[in-house]
Amino acid sequence: MGVKLLLDKAHVEGIRYFDVYRREGGYRSVEKALKEMTPDTIVEEVKKSGLRGRGGAGFPTGMKWSFIAKPEGVPRHLVCNADESEPGTFKDRYLMEFLPHLLIEGLIVSSFALGSNATYIYIRGEYAWIPDILEQAIEEARANGFLGKNILGTGFDCEIYVHRGAGAYICGEETALIESLEGKRGNPRIKPPFPAIKGAWDRPTVVNNVETLAAVVPIINMGGEEYAKIGVGKSTGTKLISACGNINKPGVYEIDMTISVEEFIYSDEYCGGIPNGKRLKACIPGGSSVPILPANLLLKTAKGETRYMNYESLSDGGFATGSMMGSGGFIVLDEDQCVVRNTYTLARFYRHESCGQCSPCREGTGWMEKILKAIDTGKGKMSDIDLLWDIQRRIEGNTICPLGDAAAWPVAAAIRHFRDEFEWHVLNPEESQRRNYGLAHYADAREVVA
Amino acid sequence: MSEQQLFKVTIDNITIEVAPGTSILEAARKIGGDVAPPAMCFYSKLKGSGGKCRTCLVEVSKGSEKDPRPMPKLVASCRTTVMDGMEVKNITSERVVDARAGVVEMLLINHPLDCPICDQAGECHLQDLSYEHGREGTRYEFQRRTFEKHDLGEYIQLHMTRCILCYRCVFTADQLTNKREHGILSRGDHAEIATYIEKSLDNDFIGNVIDVCPVGALTDRTFRFKNRVWFLKPVDAHRDCPTCSGQVTLWYRGDEVFRVTARKDEWGEVESLPDGTTAWICNTCRFDKKHTGDWVIEGPRKISRHSVISQGHYVGMHKPEETIEKVLHGRKPRLMMDIHSVSQVNQPNIDLSQIEGPAHSDDFNPALPKKD
Repeated sequence: MGVKLLLDKAHVEGIRYFDVYRREGGYRSVEKALKEMTPDTIVEEVKKSGLRGRGGAGFPTGMKWSFIAKPEGVPRHLVCNADESEPGTFKDRYLMEFLPHLLIEGLIVSSFALGSNATYIYIRGEYAWIPDILEQAIEEARANGFLGKNILGTGFDCEIYVHRGAGAYICGEETALIESLEGKRGNPRIKPPFPAIKGAWDRPTVVNNVETLAAVVPIINMGGEEYAKIGVGKSTGTKLISACGNINKPGVYEIDMTISVEEFIYSDEYCGGIPNGKRLKACIPGGSSVPILPANLLLKTAKGETRYMNYESLSDGGFATGSMMGSGGFIVLDEDQCVVRNTYTLARFYRHESCGQCSPCREGTGWMEKILKAIDTGKGKMSDIDLLWDIQRRIEGNTICPLGDAAAWPVAAAIRHFRDEFEWHVLNPEESQRRNYGLAHYADAREVVA
Repeated sequence: MSEQQLFKVTIDNITIEVAPGTSILEAARKIGGDVAPPAMCFYSKLKGSGGKCRTCLVEVSKGSEKDPRPMPKLVASCRTTVMDGMEVKNITSERVVDARAGVVEMLLINHPLDCPICDQAGECHLQDLSYEHGREGTRYEFQRRTFEKHDLGEYIQLHMTRCILCYRCVFTADQLTNKREHGILSRGDHAEIATYIEKSLDNDFIGNVIDVCPVGALTDRTFRFKNRVWFLKPVDAHRDCPTCSGQVTLWYRGDEVFRVTARKDEWGEVESLPDGTTAWICNTCRFDKKHTGDWVIEGPRKISRHSVISQGHYVGMHKPEETIEKVLHGRKPRLMMDIHSVSQVNQPNIDLSQIEGPAHSDDFNPALPKKD
């Protein structure tokens, strides 16, 4: 049983309500932070903890906080990014639905650290029922003196507002989120200036993921150095993984980043193996935009070392033979899944969600989707595979925001690792409509013939 | 201001000193020529424009004197400010040329390429761009995106199919006019320029969206299908206009004024007035004053740079070699057929159905006796 810092009280009955949460030791970190610590010491603790952003990029949170500009007389803002729209990721939903007070607690401490008197939770529109839960939690916290004017008599004022998005994936990108929060069209801004200098309403702004802000609570409670002892290397603390796909036990798991990928998929404590006695074909380990990995490269790195569930190990080998931790959306594909169809589905998603601002992403995502559809339906050509590669190469890195990269990486990785399956689709257009390719090139030779 | 320290920036091995805060693109434009990256969405007169089309991507091979690390990604030169000692590669970088070719290809996949019937042809930035960086064929084999044409008021037509979503007109409508009725609907490749709830844009300065549009998506309805721009002769003129500067270019064919536009500089942007403001023109000047008598003529206007307008009166252009001999450096090719004019084939006295087998040049040469 691994260490649990965020979800240890998730199964206590009524933990959603303030009384139970408080009885179970909640809001201790607010008392400690506001009464015993200064904003600078909190940032210092978070830096010591080595906490990395849980939204996908994995940028050190303490460092991000220390970048915030502090001009005289200009208000600063903390924005909680709850626009969790990455396909395969649903960890924040679980956290907000069952432990809303953990997020509120983390937000109060973080707001104090950053000097934000008006803090926003930007939640995706599809989570229609969660804003009510959060607003109820905010009301309870206010009634008990943890929010509003003069919190706990320390003179610190803080209000938390819940802002509902209108259903755009792109608004999970921090500058697009800020635009949307301001009431504009959710187009990503061109950086620089970064939000830490000029964010919402041109004021210094920090945008953090739900899980990141929730993780601030254990860091304050136990101290940054203690927190850093959990985990391995630069992957400190615990991470929520939302596992889905062909596994026996899909769900949200809290791991301490020292377990191996193999253990995570096959042990009964976590995913519980693959149902119906099927074998593992591939896995997208960090949400739809990270590169897909075939089974042989997933369990062991290219050097033959065991791959672990942490930031460094998952990205070992770069994009050639590795992937990314991403947002923790762990999607498992068994031998019955078609990589071409899967890639097409993702390409369709990115085409639909591209904001249409910069040309490579706007036009390229649509083009890739059409080619992938043609290959998937048996109308592809061999040259289409190279064309796809060429298109993704010209999208990647040439766009304003990372959505272009996110659209290009899955296509690139699918072609890199499963080119034979794409070619099989092209060469056997009719057969590919009737059955799946099965396991890829590392499969048993007898099966490929059959 | 004169005391201000200037930044040294090297673009394609040419060093120039510019004021801090200048963008790489503007610095490159000061050098001019091929060093200036193309820009489809950036418009120096519109605040907030740029960064979207990605044609102006450049490679920064040295960040600055203090921090000489190169930037890992290509950057949009229109929105990146120069640092002291920065080294930039534009056309000398293979990465840039490749990325730019990619952007041009992407811009063209959903463009209808209806240049032969497009009013913008001849002064179209996308045409210029694709001549320079495009490929001869397309690799796109799917149906192109199309939209219905819309009339935005009595003067402007929106042909969304041609639009490359540069947002220039949105910024124009935002910054020049006082009520915003013009924006973007939808997202991704189905995004479209729109006036909210089909409102027509009846503002004094809205005609300027025609001038800022880099392609033929927004066209002048009073000029629509009237003439090709390269048959027209541009003449600078002005009038005493109560609403705008009244400084325009008239486009003549014979004695008739076919259209009126603002004066554009060599980058296709509306020129600045001596007081630093931009010489936008009002709708009255643009659409209603089409008689020579309304204007005080200043003189002919030279159109510089690689635009196709102005009937061969280009500045700094290499004319293509005219004869095959010149093209082949003096070698005389042996001609396979001596058909000199296609029109000869259409001579009604020769009935093609009477000729047995493939037609030969002799069949069309009346000087030779007919073979029987």
